[in-house]
Amino acid sequence: MTTEPLLDVQGLTMRFGGLLAVDGVDLTADRNRITALIGPNGAGKTTIFNCLTGFYRPTAGRLLLRHPTRGPIELQKLKGYGVARTGVVRTFQNIRLFPSMTVLENLLVAQHQTLMPKSVFSLAGLLNLKGWRAAEEAAVETARDWLRRLDLLAVADEAAGNLSYGMQRRVEIARAMSTNPLLLCLDEPAAGLNPRETRALADLLAGIRAEHGIGILLIEHDMGLVMDISDRIFVVDHGARIAAGTPAEIRNDARVIKAYLGEPDADDLAHAGVGAP
Amino acid sequence: MAAPANAPIPFPHRLRDAGIAGLVAMALAVPFLGLRTVNLDQGLVVQTNLAYVPLAGVLVFLGRLILGLLAGPLAKATAPLANWRPPASTQRLRPWGGPLLVLAAAALPFLPFANRYIIDLGTTALIYILLATGLNITVGLAGLLDLGFAAFYAIGAYTCALTTTQLHWGFWPALAAGGLASSLFAVLLSLPILRLRGDYLAIVTLGFGEITRIVILNWQSLTGGPNGVSGIARPTLFGLTFDRRAPEGGHTFSEITGIAYAPEHRLIFLYLLILALTALAAYTVARLRRLPIGRAWEALREDEIACRSLGINPTMVKVSAYATGALMGGLAGCFFAARQGFVSPESFGFMESATILAIVVLGGMGSQAGVIIAALFIVVLPELARGFADYRMLAFGLAMILIMIWKPGGLLAGRLPTIRLSTAKPKPVAEAAL
Repeated sequence: MTTEPLLDVQGLTMRFGGLLAVDGVDLTADRNRITALIGPNGAGKTTIFNCLTGFYRPTAGRLLLRHPTRGPIELQKLKGYGVARTGVVRTFQNIRLFPSMTVLENLLVAQHQTLMPKSVFSLAGLLNLKGWRAAEEAAVETARDWLRRLDLLAVADEAAGNLSYGMQRRVEIARAMSTNPLLLCLDEPAAGLNPRETRALADLLAGIRAEHGIGILLIEHDMGLVMDISDRIFVVDHGARIAAGTPAEIRNDARVIKAYLGEPDADDLAHAGVGAP
Repeated sequence: MAAPANAPIPFPHRLRDAGIAGLVAMALAVPFLGLRTVNLDQGLVVQTNLAYVPLAGVLVFLGRLILGLLAGPLAKATAPLANWRPPASTQRLRPWGGPLLVLAAAALPFLPFANRYIIDLGTTALIYILLATGLNITVGLAGLLDLGFAAFYAIGAYTCALTTTQLHWGFWPALAAGGLASSLFAVLLSLPILRLRGDYLAIVTLGFGEITRIVILNWQSLTGGPNGVSGIARPTLFGLTFDRRAPEGGHTFSEITGIAYAPEHRLIFLYLLILALTALAAYTVARLRRLPIGRAWEALREDEIACRSLGINPTMVKVSAYATGALMGGLAGCFFAARQGFVSPESFGFMESATILAIVVLGGMGSQAGVIIAALFIVVLPELARGFADYRMLAFGLAMILIMIWKPGGLLAGRLPTIRLSTAKPKPVAEAAL
């Protein structure tokens, strides 16, 4: 399985007035790999995500996406919605579904980029031409596949806002995956999930990595999950990268332990999953 | 409305509530009832007559108390009405609802009780349905509040008026021009307001509505100012007019068909024409809701940031929602101009925008059936209540308040999904697996 680099972030800097939120961070994300971005609260993780996915325009730095068909693309030069069109798709820390639309409709909105040209300025759609019908059926099948994988088939016709929190998290991942992404960026996908749901999430992410040939970039506080499934971990604190490496390396990195816990203390470390043998 | 049924408010609370209302009424009664200016020889003097003040207090106290005590049983008695949903078995009939409704509406002019007045009223109601169908795209589907929708109505009407009187176009090309001109203005308007939301958007659209009206009012050389434009071309059917005598080189409907001339023919034709336009618009919206563009409108209403994260360009979505809504407003305006044969700025004031918005909100945002019911309600109810003369606006207001109490989300609140997985055709493989 190839693991060529997909995203190459160089010197990413984001300044809000006098506040330096992200200071010259370098990181990479590879195809067929899960890359985790961790750090204490307020370290700048979500800001990095917002820069990557086009919600903020970085003050400085280069975000290079190696697109398999379109060649290298500098994401920081694109408009906000343009980033998603290159295949870098994200989920949100506080879930953002279309609450009064059904789960299936949420997944169809996600396929806007493929469906829109097929509807030919809505004309083919208005006339219900064969090409359009086939495209819509294909979109429904894509949605059906993801609903099945995430065990959401039973609630496909429910309004997304009526689902439980754990289900809404899954819908958001299903929606992101229906866009057929290149790099899936998940912002705290395990937040608010119970241990069983977290384990299912870990299996799901491992499955996506194995089958879909995409990269996954993950912000997460659940160290158990991060250490379990990540191939590579980047640690940021106070807007700067303080460590990078495999889970085993990060566990024993003195700077990481210090950033998380201040003074190293055996019980706390074991509890956080950091520094465990 | 579930609260009173679940937890009855204790009597002392009601008593205190009524007492407060009584005190407020007394405080208000002092200037309103207690003081009176009287014109005497020595000039205007203030007479005090405080006898009414306690009376007002007692009346309001009792009224409030009785209302409060009745509210619970009343809500309970009307609960089945308020919570009524069409039974699930009617779902199969749903696709037939629209065509049947159109057929029934088309039969109206030929029914025995139909007269000029009823056909005219029907035509007016259909104009409002078409307008509200357009506004429903912007407000109900895309969630962009528009308090100046009458501007698009006006632009459509004046485009029709000016192209037919100045350029001597026929009705049909003018109709197309009216719709397109409105759309074009909507695109121009939507560009500066893309960043606005909520209250700010409302204010700017309100301003646009007024600016349009004032420009029309003052651009005397083009629009005739307050005098309006008259002599607008009447709609024709394949070139046939509905006049008594044919214009030079033309033919009338009665000449060709051999049906004796009757002035009602024009009215019936206008009614059927607006019915066809409205039905086409409603069908188009129903189809658009199922297309990527329609789903993007609704997604934008739900969460703009999530839209951006999925690669949807919010600018295009907003502009298309405004333009499509305005297209329908422009068509309605053009039809209105051709029906009246005359337009003037006073037909397109803020009240018009407010009425159309009221139809959309009252009907239940985004619901086409709701728009139809609400438009009939708003257009026909004041007419039915004409017998009450002075009190009809009062009755109208009361009816609106009752609806807002019982159906705060509009008459037909609740959104219909555009697609259901259970009815979508499954893959043959999946079918075999089941």
